[in-house]
Amino acid sequence: MKTLIATTFLAAAALFTVPAASAAGYDGDLEKANIDVTNEASLQRGANLFMNYCMGCHATEYMRYNRVARDIGLTEQHMEENFIFMTDEAGDPVGVGSLMKNAMSDDYGEEAFGVVPPDLTMTTRINGEDWVYTFLKSFYVDESRPLGANNEVFENVGMPHVLWELQGWQEKVVDEDGNERLELVRSGQMTQSEYDRAVRDIVTYLSYMGEPMQLERQRIGLYVLIFLGIFTILAYFLKKEYWKDVH
Amino acid sequence: MASNPDTKIQGGLLGWVDARFPLSQMWNEHLAQYYAPKNFNFWYFFGSLALLVLVIQIVSGIFLTMFYKPDAELAFASVEYIMRDVEWGWLIRYMHSTGASMFFVVVYLHMFRALLYGSYKKPRELIWIFGVLIYLVLMAEAFAGYLLPWGQMSYWGAQVIVNLFQTIPYIGPDLVTWIRGDFLLSDATLNRFFALHVVALPLVLIMLVAAHIIALHEVGSNNPDGINIKDNKDENGIPKDGIPFHPYYSVKDLVGVGVFLMVFAVIMFFFPTGGGLFLKPDNMIPADPLVTPDLIPPVWYFTSMYSVLRSVPDPFLGVVAMGAAVVMLFFIPWLDRNPVLSMRYRSFAAKFNLAVFVVAFVILGWLGLQQATTEVSEMSLRFATVYFAFFFLLWFLSKERSVAFSLIAFAVVVGIYTIYDLLRFDPSDASLIMWSWLIPTVYLFVTMVAPAFARGLGRDRAVPERVTS
Repeated sequence: MKTLIATTFLAAAALFTVPAASAAGYDGDLEKANIDVTNEASLQRGANLFMNYCMGCHATEYMRYNRVARDIGLTEQHMEENFIFMTDEAGDPVGVGSLMKNAMSDDYGEEAFGVVPPDLTMTTRINGEDWVYTFLKSFYVDESRPLGANNEVFENVGMPHVLWELQGWQEKVVDEDGNERLELVRSGQMTQSEYDRAVRDIVTYLSYMGEPMQLERQRIGLYVLIFLGIFTILAYFLKKEYWKDVH
Repeated sequence: MASNPDTKIQGGLLGWVDARFPLSQMWNEHLAQYYAPKNFNFWYFFGSLALLVLVIQIVSGIFLTMFYKPDAELAFASVEYIMRDVEWGWLIRYMHSTGASMFFVVVYLHMFRALLYGSYKKPRELIWIFGVLIYLVLMAEAFAGYLLPWGQMSYWGAQVIVNLFQTIPYIGPDLVTWIRGDFLLSDATLNRFFALHVVALPLVLIMLVAAHIIALHEVGSNNPDGINIKDNKDENGIPKDGIPFHPYYSVKDLVGVGVFLMVFAVIMFFFPTGGGLFLKPDNMIPADPLVTPDLIPPVWYFTSMYSVLRSVPDPFLGVVAMGAAVVMLFFIPWLDRNPVLSMRYRSFAAKFNLAVFVVAFVILGWLGLQQATTEVSEMSLRFATVYFAFFFLLWFLSKERSVAFSLIAFAVVVGIYTIYDLLRFDPSDASLIMWSWLIPTVYLFVTMVAPAFARGLGRDRAVPERVTS
């Protein structure tokens, strides 16, 4: 009987240790993003980079500006003045309560890049934070591509190396052991560690974007568990009291 | 004393109601004077927990319906609207998605309990039948609900399952069009699945649950010893080993509820996606009929049946096998004719049979999540064979069999799949086919041949007169 229970639970446990699916078909090693979504400064830097470099093509259309402002510690005014580049049909900037869409039409995106730039609201949930982090660090010069760049993690990606002026340019080289790796051949405005931090900030921001309530749910979850713990203890003693007269 | 209408201590109101509606009578029949065996153990928590999850699903579902839009253009965004803009929407949605998986966890454990203690045997056959029907409707309910977020996995998962009906000869293609309401999975399909998910199937589910409980309370609960407590009554006609469900089991179940809700809360607040098992990453991409995902595994609670489907090369026969894997459950009360209910007093062979069945079910579940390689297909076939052999063994182990009968039956069963192996034999997979052949064969040897020679392995033990504590 005991062994039967143990077998059942072991088997059930085995079912829960399914390896995470590798994103976008890349089966090499991913670098660890090591992000910290509680780091407000990182979130703000990430928002800054994202809105300036990414949002021209990629929308995050399930999210609203004012929610982001509130969650990452900015005022609505700050958000309106610095980060809202979208305009409505009348040509006025969209309100701070708007969804974070962008101006690029699907047709234009397809024409320019061969594929519509995907919405990135949930990209870290779909691909994983480490994947996005590694992806943004893996662009290299490839003259055979229409936009001059390819990506080690996402082969023949339609996207150009948007952050080139920050990172500089990498090239694919073969080292003495015959392994392929990427080497920085022209430096950009940032040193390598500065660029790593910038990419980490973007991923932090996108992780927040994927599940804006992730911190809140864990905070509330703790209180719920404390409550349920006390409830269970009380229920247990109540049960013991009632069951005194059984047998 | 609220339970006694004659004394009317509660004043006139209860008496007034009782004269018009059997409130006190129902309270007594189903709770305060429903005598349940006093030896319920861990496994007996899952019935009441299943009821709890049903309530959680209905309540959270009502709130989701207030904000969800069953429209192919709007559905995906409306789910994200719930997650981001609706106050506490994320909690309600995670409650519902966690609840769906926990429903199956609880139901599977509840079904295992029934197998463990023979709760399907006379006079509880109908309880079991209602239970299997609940399981069936629950699968339909979960399937319909999974389409609603209109993500890639919703769409392609539904595509795969709906297309199974296409394999039915002659009527298949028309039938699929009829189910979808369109020539492809579309807005029309989403709308009807929504109707089924929020109205039709929950109604059927609640009625079946009511029937399940009424049937249970008619014949009385089984227990880990598999003894009928009504055979030993005191002078008042109350079973000596029985205690009123309320307050004894209502307070005991409260402890189970507490522990269960803690597990539930840990998943809901800390691991809402269940590592990709409860909510799949690909489902956060909006449905796109033009882009087929690389791997379309069903949600974990369907994967065992899905493996059975994949283990058969012919699509239609695969669907038949998968259907049979569920339908076989209905016949259990008549397959297992052994008079001993509880596994506690069953033979080693019977215990082994059940244990292997559980392991096979779990392994099939795991296989169903994998890409269909040669190894995965081969293992699926072997464990699907074990899955079906379990039902045969239930019948075979109904009584002690003679040596000759055991050997012949063993040879026939092993012969059936061995002939199939020879027919499909492929020299490039020879070693795989040969060593995996041992999986069902060893299992059948232990349960059929071994007890014929070592009689102790096949002999049930004496069932005690009264329940053990």
